Amino acid sequence: MSGGLQTAPDTRGHFGIFGGRFVPETLIPALDELEQEYRKAQQDPEFQREFGYYLRHYVGRPTPITYAERLSEHLGGARIYLKREDLCHTGAHKINNTLGQILLAKRMGKRRIIAETGAGQHGVATATVCARFGFECEVYMGEEDVHRQALNVFRMRLLGAKVIPVTSGTRTLKDATSEAIRDWVTNVRTTHYIIGSVVGPHPYPTIVRDFQSVIGQESRQQMLEMTGKLPDVVLACVGGGSNAMGIFYPFLNDPVRLIGVEAAGRGLDTGEHAATLATGRPGVLHGAASYLLQDEYGQVMPTHSISAGLDYPGVGPEHSYLKETGRAEYVTATDEEALEALQMLARMEGIIPALETAHAVAHAIKIAPDLPKDTTILINLSGRGDKDVDIVSRALGGLG
Amino acid sequence: MSRIAERFACLQTVGEGALVVFITAGDPSLKMTEQLIPTLAEAGADIIEVGIPFSDPLADGPTIQASTFRALQQGVTPVHVLETVARVRAQTDVPIVLMTYFNPVWQIGIERFAEQAASAGVDGVIMTDMPPDEAGEWHPVARRHGLDTIFLIAPTSTPERMRRVAQMSSGFVYCVSRTGVTGARDDLPEEVPYTLQAMRTLTDLPLCVGFGISRPEHVRAVCRVADGAVVGSAVVSLIAQEAERGEHALLESVGRFVQELKQATRRT
Repeated sequence: MSGGLQTAPDTRGHFGIFGGRFVPETLIPALDELEQEYRKAQQDPEFQREFGYYLRHYVGRPTPITYAERLSEHLGGARIYLKREDLCHTGAHKINNTLGQILLAKRMGKRRIIAETGAGQHGVATATVCARFGFECEVYMGEEDVHRQALNVFRMRLLGAKVIPVTSGTRTLKDATSEAIRDWVTNVRTTHYIIGSVVGPHPYPTIVRDFQSVIGQESRQQMLEMTGKLPDVVLACVGGGSNAMGIFYPFLNDPVRLIGVEAAGRGLDTGEHAATLATGRPGVLHGAASYLLQDEYGQVMPTHSISAGLDYPGVGPEHSYLKETGRAEYVTATDEEALEALQMLARMEGIIPALETAHAVAHAIKIAPDLPKDTTILINLSGRGDKDVDIVSRALGGLG
Repeated sequence: MSRIAERFACLQTVGEGALVVFITAGDPSLKMTEQLIPTLAEAGADIIEVGIPFSDPLADGPTIQASTFRALQQGVTPVHVLETVARVRAQTDVPIVLMTYFNPVWQIGIERFAEQAASAGVDGVIMTDMPPDEAGEWHPVARRHGLDTIFLIAPTSTPERMRRVAQMSSGFVYCVSRTGVTGARDDLPEEVPYTLQAMRTLTDLPLCVGFGISRPEHVRAVCRVADGAVVGSAVVSLIAQEAERGEHALLESVGRFVQELKQATRRT
């Protein structure tokens, strides 16, 4: 790869032309405060110690890497490894970030937490750390997602969070995010907004990436131990892109192919998809310049994916940058391919992945057979599929 | 002198505050927008902010969100809005400021948007989600086309940020009255005078206060300390409410409301 790849944003939060802070003036001082506090926390051994302590004793890190032996043999090509973020407390990688951010909120003396959620995994992870550290928690969730992810809504409520259904716009993650930003503009003095992905205004994309990069750091070391080399390919699904940035980041300067898999929904040609990097173009949504699904006048387009967590018209600015520079490749998998991959992994490895994650598995199934047997593919198994069993069972018409 | 500067100079000599009125272009229709602008001007609006509808208006409360949604349902695009302004410009000299989010401008192209806005007779532009930090590309282009760029200060703005806004704004400075989104409120926040006082030491530009200003008594209170008051959601919800009663009734009752608001800007 080129020596000129930017691995940190410039002082105004830009990765190339992407990123920045396209938000109302009211929020800029809070973003400055967050950036300063984060810089201090990074230099503070006590903060690092505390973060590490809870990652280990509360989240359950390090998560293992599992060799998907039967799947690999069945496909007859590359060897497939799974980074088991599904084994994190709460069932997905999301808690790595919420834990880091709650510790930041504590430092900043803000007692009220808000979050947006799509599939509900980030909402659950936020509600969890709020319960653990005694913060008030309100989670914005699109009304459509409230219905399709009812289990997670109940989990959040059990954890003491207030779930606010959002009825504006498309009633999914995009509108939940807008509503969370509106809340933050209003209550910025007392409230910290825990964004769930590598999106939003600077410094969020960097902070979330850094907290998630524990995934890639562990993976790097574990793959070296298990296989004696770095993986040849790293695969992750991309909605906003936090699990992908988390696993990609520590490999950016290595000779490793990085592939992000977006949701092709009912097919790219149907227009009902969420393949932002594959079919969008640069635009501004939710405070940052990045690839965006939009019409010719910049109106944001409705999206579709069977997985609520990928059903988002934007993507993290650093992914846009990695695409532009050619450092990472971005491909797509349809609803149907994700459903097939989910079943295949369930039957061959005894692991039911989240529907989001199943998109990454689907791409591995596509490419593994054509790769030599000494090639290794590492998939970020970002979350478990319990939350999706209703949707999957409906989509498959029951399993008979 | 720009139309905006001229208007403020004129208001100063007669001892009045400026009444700035916001409407969403295309709500209930572009045809009505074309009639509303001259009506607002005749009723006493000193500056008219014309909102370009955007699918994700994250600085707006429920009233303007709903209005935006109605306009988008009509298929209103930024190009339609500029065409409407161009037609209105033939009928009235009232200063017109476009209020928009950054993305529609970026997609049309900064140069092209500025050029078309200027030739349509637009006087200034406010981009709610473009703080001075992100205005590097827009600012010189706007200046070259003779467009004022109105930046916003908020109650959370630090002195350093106020200075930046003071340096980069032209026309006037938009002072956001409270932390929050647009929308009518019952009361006025107490911190407004302090923000204005701090801003006065940094600039000679007129200072207009907006967000939550919905009644004549709010306008009166604001005009005691500021150079103008911005009324948005209250007018937008009146338009929505009267739209069913037909064009004539709508124009009449919006006109009447604006007259009352304007009356409240007269300091004597």
